[in-house]
Amino acid sequence: MELIFGTWHWAISGFLIGVTMLILTYFGKSFGMSSNLRTMCSMAGAGKFSDFFKLDWREQKWSLALVLGAFVGGFIAFYFLSDGSGVNVNPETITQLQTLGIDAPNGKLVPDAIFSFETLQSPKGFAILLIGGLLIGFGTRYAGGCTSGHAISGLSNLQLPSLVAVIGFFIGGLAMAHYILPLIFKTA
Amino acid sequence: MKLARFFLTGIFFGIVLTKAEAVSWYRIYEMFHFQSFHMYGIIGTALFTGIVGLQIIKKYKVKDYNGLPINIIEKERGFWRYIIGGSLFGLGWALVGCCPGPIFILLGTGTYAIAVVLIGALLGTYIYGLLKDKLPH
Repeated sequence: MELIFGTWHWAISGFLIGVTMLILTYFGKSFGMSSNLRTMCSMAGAGKFSDFFKLDWREQKWSLALVLGAFVGGFIAFYFLSDGSGVNVNPETITQLQTLGIDAPNGKLVPDAIFSFETLQSPKGFAILLIGGLLIGFGTRYAGGCTSGHAISGLSNLQLPSLVAVIGFFIGGLAMAHYILPLIFKTA
Repeated sequence: MKLARFFLTGIFFGIVLTKAEAVSWYRIYEMFHFQSFHMYGIIGTALFTGIVGLQIIKKYKVKDYNGLPINIIEKERGFWRYIIGGSLFGLGWALVGCCPGPIFILLGTGTYAIAVVLIGALLGTYIYGLLKDKLPH
């Protein structure tokens, strides 16, 4: 049972993510999550302000159905398929996070120091979440894809632009994790 | 119902990413500090599966669900958009520990603060749409 309710092994998880991409290819679609953000902007009427959002969002309904499914999948996995034993990160990571004032997982997927309701209500906590979102939205659209579109689909199809994008993901990610995060949380 | 198969694929994807803990801020932090093989193993295995699968699809000219030839879209050429856009996304990914898919998945796990990330991501996408023609691609 631990096989299902505990953390799934990386090899099983990776294989199933690859299969998800192949299933969508078989359905005649391409695997990409960030394009939904553009579709949602179009639905909200952003086409009035930029041609970039002048698209027929009805053609993207399949992708919205996919995202809605992902939401439901998260719900099912968290409430019915988990025993609260995850996330078992490296003990070194936990010690390091402690020095930044970030709480250990102890069964949580995300730290309270960033995602709790109290943090959300503080100006700094709110700003971190909003700025993180802005970078994700702007960056993925500029780069034309995110982890699913570039790191999985693009690289699977041996696309050079996707390799450049993934190198970019790591330039930004390493800079944030090693240099900027300590600055943000040290003063807390 | 035409959309049901996508909805079901989405449920599958949401369960896999949650159980893999790829939606966890901790896993992303750990990955960028090279303190675990977990995320690299996931991405590597997904890639291996994807490369082999796409090669088979191409070699045997597999038809899609509707019986049409599978046409895998090539990425547009360019450099700046990929390196700059990619780096900006990387900054956000390591800050709030999620990429666009997990934003929606985490909402399902009851992490309501992620709604602020979603609003930010929609705004960011909108700002890109406004500035698109002024940016190097």
